[in-house]
Amino acid sequence: MNATQVASAVAELNPVAELPHQAATMVAHAGVDPVIISFTVFVLAIFVGYHVVWNVTPALHTPLMAVTNAISGIIIVGALLQVVDIGGSSITLTSVLGAIAVFLASINIFGGFLVTQRMLQMFKKKER
Amino acid sequence: MQNVYALFYLAAAVLFILALRGLSSPVSARRGNVYGMVGMGLAALTTLALAANPVWWLIAGAVAAGAAVGAWRARTVAMTAMPELVAAMHSLVGLAAVLIAIAAIYHDGVHHMPVQQVELFIGAFIGAITFTASVVAWGKLSGRFAAKPVRFAGQHLINLAIALAMLGFGIAYFVSESHAAFLMMVALALILGVLLIVPIGGADMPVVVSMLNSYSGWAAAGIGFTLDNPVLIIAGACVGASGAILSTIMCRAMNRSLVSVLLGGFGAQESTASSGDGGEKGYKSGSPEDAAFLMGNAESVVIVPGYGLAVSRAQHALNELAEALETRGVKVRYAIHPVAGRMPGHMNVLLAEAEVPYDKVLEMEEINNEFATTDVVLVIGANDVVNPAAKNDPASPIYGMPILEAHKARTVLVVKRSMNAGYAGLDNDLFYLDKTMMVFGDAKKVVEEMLHNVN
Repeated sequence: MNATQVASAVAELNPVAELPHQAATMVAHAGVDPVIISFTVFVLAIFVGYHVVWNVTPALHTPLMAVTNAISGIIIVGALLQVVDIGGSSITLTSVLGAIAVFLASINIFGGFLVTQRMLQMFKKKER
Repeated sequence: MQNVYALFYLAAAVLFILALRGLSSPVSARRGNVYGMVGMGLAALTTLALAANPVWWLIAGAVAAGAAVGAWRARTVAMTAMPELVAAMHSLVGLAAVLIAIAAIYHDGVHHMPVQQVELFIGAFIGAITFTASVVAWGKLSGRFAAKPVRFAGQHLINLAIALAMLGFGIAYFVSESHAAFLMMVALALILGVLLIVPIGGADMPVVVSMLNSYSGWAAAGIGFTLDNPVLIIAGACVGASGAILSTIMCRAMNRSLVSVLLGGFGAQESTASSGDGGEKGYKSGSPEDAAFLMGNAESVVIVPGYGLAVSRAQHALNELAEALETRGVKVRYAIHPVAGRMPGHMNVLLAEAEVPYDKVLEMEEINNEFATTDVVLVIGANDVVNPAAKNDPASPIYGMPILEAHKARTVLVVKRSMNAGYAGLDNDLFYLDKTMMVFGDAKKVVEEMLHNVN
């Protein structure tokens, strides 16, 4: 018996138990607010990040900061969605601000990944 | 089709996590970095495929200009200037978050749900604080602003008042959807960012940079919530966690609490710190030639470099000295304290740049047990991180700070300009031990003379 069935069984026995029935239906139909789903993803991602980063060797903490700089350039995704044609005009306050944000995020992305690469290439074992 | 896009975003997020995971060893790190680039490309292309009527020429221009600036900085920046570069890049993320939030507010035809309004508010104010705080941190690190902490009466109360006013405008925006209230909120957050960083002194900047790293991640995640975009949320959360961990590590290495760093107390402590017993204590000094003789006849040498090494650009000469010693059969290794440079892991990069093989560079925990069996320790450009008072003297301001236990070695060589106190303004008992020999002079010149005498 799943949660919905339990809830409807309870509801049949006792009409006052309408509320848990509705709650169970909501979960069963995935009618959860998208914000809650986003929040779930967010919390789980923090745990993933926490564990992955504790495993980073201290010798590479500076490249770690540089690469996280590049990764926070992912904000370009938000910026790109603003650089759109709105009501037939391509130049609006929104698209211009968005384009500036795209510019800034691109500096981070290209600068961040390239400087990380430059640093990592310096880390060599002893030849011979 | 929406589901396919969502899967692409998932793939990008996984690639970012692999990029971070690669950094667990220098061998896998380069591949990890490539994963990161692929993930970013995938996320950006997916977004462009999703966007309704993108303005292609505007996007292409902005990306090309950003790529040019970014690539130029990445190629030209000096490794000693990495902390400044990182701080500058945090500020860009913060500013981008603010611009996106404002752009979204003025986006005609898009109505924001109440929940999204709250998320926009959060993304914008974290972004704004990150932006101005990082600009101040960048200024302090690059010497453009005075590194000295700025304090005035009622500072924390003023910050609190501004924070409350900022929240008030945020609520006003939520209720009335007034753009003016939103802009006021952003303006106050910008001011708050400056005020939060000015009381923090130069010595604590490594913590601040790590913390702003964290903030820039949370700002990205905040924008991700508004746009219901999982890749932004995941990447932002990982970056946020990363910065938080680095701040924790730096605080532990300095034996300071994050709160005391943020409230800015170190400078005050600095001025009141006693400079030892004050009495004339005897120390021995010798020439680089004597030092070279001692090292050349040792079985094992451990080098403890500090930021002073980088200041006098002695890394390359030091690597040559180490190689010369090795050809004479001496076992040479480097010991790095977590706060040896100006940001986490900075000294490792500076040594790697000088072609020091990374397998000879050991962390504090790895090497501390071995000092007792080491013949010669060469301390160069470092001071507080080898101060035995941190272990032995409960009255010392740095008591409890983990140190490199150089004092346990058979002989200690200290290269220093003079007997002046270190960053924390403390005297160092290590210098007065019977087994310690001071070698005075500029680090680079001294190392070059040592090299000359070893050969």
